[in-house]
Amino acid sequence: MKRTEKTSMERRSFLKVTALAGGGLLFGLAEAPKAHAQGRGGPPAAPPDPKNFIKIAADGTVTIVAKNPEVGQGVKTMLPMLIAEELDVDWKSVKIEQADYDESRYTGQSAGGSTATPNNWTPMRQVGAAGRAMFVAAAAKQWSVPEADLTTASGKVMHASSNRSATYAQLASTVAGMQPPALASLKLKDPKDYKIVGKTQPNPEIHNIVTGKPIFAIDVKVPGMLHAVFEKCGVFGGKVVSANLDDIKKLPGVRQAFVIERPDITDAVIPGDPGLENGIAILADTWWHANNARKQLKVTWNEGPRAAGSSIKYAANAEELAKKGPQRTIRADGDAEGALKSAAKVVEASYSYPFIAHAPLEPQGATASFKDGKLEIWTNSQIPGNGRRMAAQALGITDKDITQHMVRGGGGFGRRLNNDYVVEAAYIAKQAGVPVKLLWSREDDMAHDYYRPGGRQDLKAGVDASGKIVAWKNHFISYGEGERFVASGAMGPTEFPQRFVPNYHLGASVQPLAIRTGALRAPSSNAFAFVIQSFIDEMAHAAGKDPVQFRLDLLSAGGDAANAPGVDAERMKGVVKLAAEKSGWGKKTLPKGTAMGIGFHFSHRGYFAEVAEVKVDAAKKIKINKVWVAADVGSQIINPGAADNICQGGIVDGISEMMQEITIEGGKVQQANYHQHTMMRLTQAPPEIEVHYLTSNNPPTGLGEPALPPILPAVANAIFSATGQRVRQLPLSKSGYSWA
Amino acid sequence: MPFKINVNGTSSTVDAPPEMPLLWVLRDLLNLQATKYGCGIGQCGACTVHLAGKPVRACLTPMSAVGTQPVTTLEGLSADGSHPVQLAWQDIDVPQCGYCQAGQMMSAAALLAKTPKPTDTDIDSAMNGNLCRCGTYIRIRQAVHKAATLASAAPARNSGTKVR
Repeated sequence: MKRTEKTSMERRSFLKVTALAGGGLLFGLAEAPKAHAQGRGGPPAAPPDPKNFIKIAADGTVTIVAKNPEVGQGVKTMLPMLIAEELDVDWKSVKIEQADYDESRYTGQSAGGSTATPNNWTPMRQVGAAGRAMFVAAAAKQWSVPEADLTTASGKVMHASSNRSATYAQLASTVAGMQPPALASLKLKDPKDYKIVGKTQPNPEIHNIVTGKPIFAIDVKVPGMLHAVFEKCGVFGGKVVSANLDDIKKLPGVRQAFVIERPDITDAVIPGDPGLENGIAILADTWWHANNARKQLKVTWNEGPRAAGSSIKYAANAEELAKKGPQRTIRADGDAEGALKSAAKVVEASYSYPFIAHAPLEPQGATASFKDGKLEIWTNSQIPGNGRRMAAQALGITDKDITQHMVRGGGGFGRRLNNDYVVEAAYIAKQAGVPVKLLWSREDDMAHDYYRPGGRQDLKAGVDASGKIVAWKNHFISYGEGERFVASGAMGPTEFPQRFVPNYHLGASVQPLAIRTGALRAPSSNAFAFVIQSFIDEMAHAAGKDPVQFRLDLLSAGGDAANAPGVDAERMKGVVKLAAEKSGWGKKTLPKGTAMGIGFHFSHRGYFAEVAEVKVDAAKKIKINKVWVAADVGSQIINPGAADNICQGGIVDGISEMMQEITIEGGKVQQANYHQHTMMRLTQAPPEIEVHYLTSNNPPTGLGEPALPPILPAVANAIFSATGQRVRQLPLSKSGYSWA
Repeated sequence: MPFKINVNGTSSTVDAPPEMPLLWVLRDLLNLQATKYGCGIGQCGACTVHLAGKPVRACLTPMSAVGTQPVTTLEGLSADGSHPVQLAWQDIDVPQCGYCQAGQMMSAAALLAKTPKPTDTDIDSAMNGNLCRCGTYIRIRQAVHKAATLASAAPARNSGTKVR
């Protein structure tokens, strides 16, 4: 299937060139203002300032700016690789510099939705190509030769017939006076000529990491700063009535202690992110002194209405909602009820999955300094722009009063899409009158997450005599109010296998929830793939079909996919076949208690199928022997070593989720730390994870998220094949399983 | 109260309560920030350092328990990244976010100092206390083996605890 490459540079773009004081040059991507705002006639968008990406120093050093937040996904390597490739410089001559937050200069700066690759694949290459084109033009002018006779390599322009060459640094002064080319006019390299892209490039921070340099948000130090903790009510939205702050202030090392009353924010600037909560800040000479002082805190809280939150009640309510049937219909194709009546075989099952936490290893924290109405802040936010807007509102200043440094984050996984901790640091620094490094404890993090919402899905489906699925009904039971779902708690009308089953009905019911929810790596997909791909497996067994063949048949039932939203069936069939082939599906004799399972899922524009070989012993201990990943994320794997690492990490992360659970009673989260919300350890993680890419003629897309979802059903389906027991409820511990 | 402490071969005096964990003495008083806070209860291993050559969780080690025993942090393996464990971690390009890796490397260095040719079983027991939220375990195992190979090629550097 062919698709033309779409550029996200819809606006006319040009290069801005600025001479640097040191004799170097800056190239930046700048966008001309749109003539008219699209859509319903708002004011024209303001022209962004020019943004700078490339510096060529007089000594030949090439500095490339990495614009996106780095939380371990490798974007600080990947985006500069695209620029360097088209600029035609040696990777070893490149120095990478992390940008501060300023989208008017750099265009989008966020880490979420596996969007960095699809959004930047073309623009970042164009930035590099524009730089190269200008050096070529400069040499042509200097030597009075046609540009077509010139070639470039390793940061040099060459004229073969006269045996002349000049480095980019030597051409810099000529380039400074030139008009940059229009980006759309640039011819990009043929991928077969790539020297950097498609070759594994190491993490530019690797030396800093192995020598322990202070590169993380937790390591930021500002002269005169105090260390802060922020005690909040265990019930979301709870408020301080009284506290023994006078006692706290007398404790060793403690410098300040005060209550923060959440300012009255009537119109949340970021929907779903309330930002600053009410609580008590304690500031001390060291973090330990501040955190230790919390033990002496005596607080009377007004817990508010959310204290009624209870996982036991949520489960009971879901049971009632299931009995009543859907509150509303999300989608109805054909006549599912009628088709079920005439189906040869009907399967019915109820699946459920819990709330889970992100728990990145570096707890939330930020460092802030507020002086003379200006805020300087160091954050590892995945959406720094939201943090800035929220901080500006909470502090009563403007965006322009805020300088935001983007510091490496110790993991993100979606937690740092929410900026509550950024606003807290800013607000505490302002109130304290001194620079402050706020750091949450692990217990703070576990109790104040934006949790992956739990849910329940009651499914009923039928196959005809030939084994084809003819009807599919899902009653999706989630959280929300009226027609509104909580964040990341929605199922859309095109959820698979919609379009592949003629009679499809998706209904939904919601109940109110007392805790916050948000996006966890591959949001919604991380739960839905488990349910849907497990239930498809049930259908395959009911139909007496091989689970791989059954899936291929199902994917063939969708008709022409070219103009349909969502899953491109041919690409998905490609990865299903590849995963089956690489794993030796159906061709191996495995010992009793060991079996393979398969799952596939489309999310974040990526096509993934995964096979897990799983051993289950008599004590229900599970060992994942090996995993095979088959991925189609387009025409180019930009940084293969990093891509494998991320895919393998997604597998380990996904399997970890199968044992995790957050529960709520009295409105409070009951799990406090990693012993109660576990992740896989070295001996539990699969010792082998093979990753295979099916390159297709599609623009490259991201890997951070879509590798994760299929592994949950692949493992669950393998457990079924190994034991005959179908897992319909997560965590696995509810069915007596544990990791070997 | 004042404590004399020897970290990475350098003696200093710090003013800290006896119950203050070594982790925060290192990070906030001695400005040695390679050692990371992850859980505070000995579950994650991000704060692993060597106390007299043995791996300990600095978050659970009070100053009163350190005494005159030498402390080694990641900064003390080598400042230039030339310790076999650091070389192997670079060569395999282990990290994703990198936050847990100081603790991983300190556990690995302690293992290799005691067991120069570790088996997978040795690695399992030495490294199982170190969580990696990004899931880089396959590379961690490869890197420990690689470090063992590098260390045997340069036996003089085969020590987790280098005292200057």
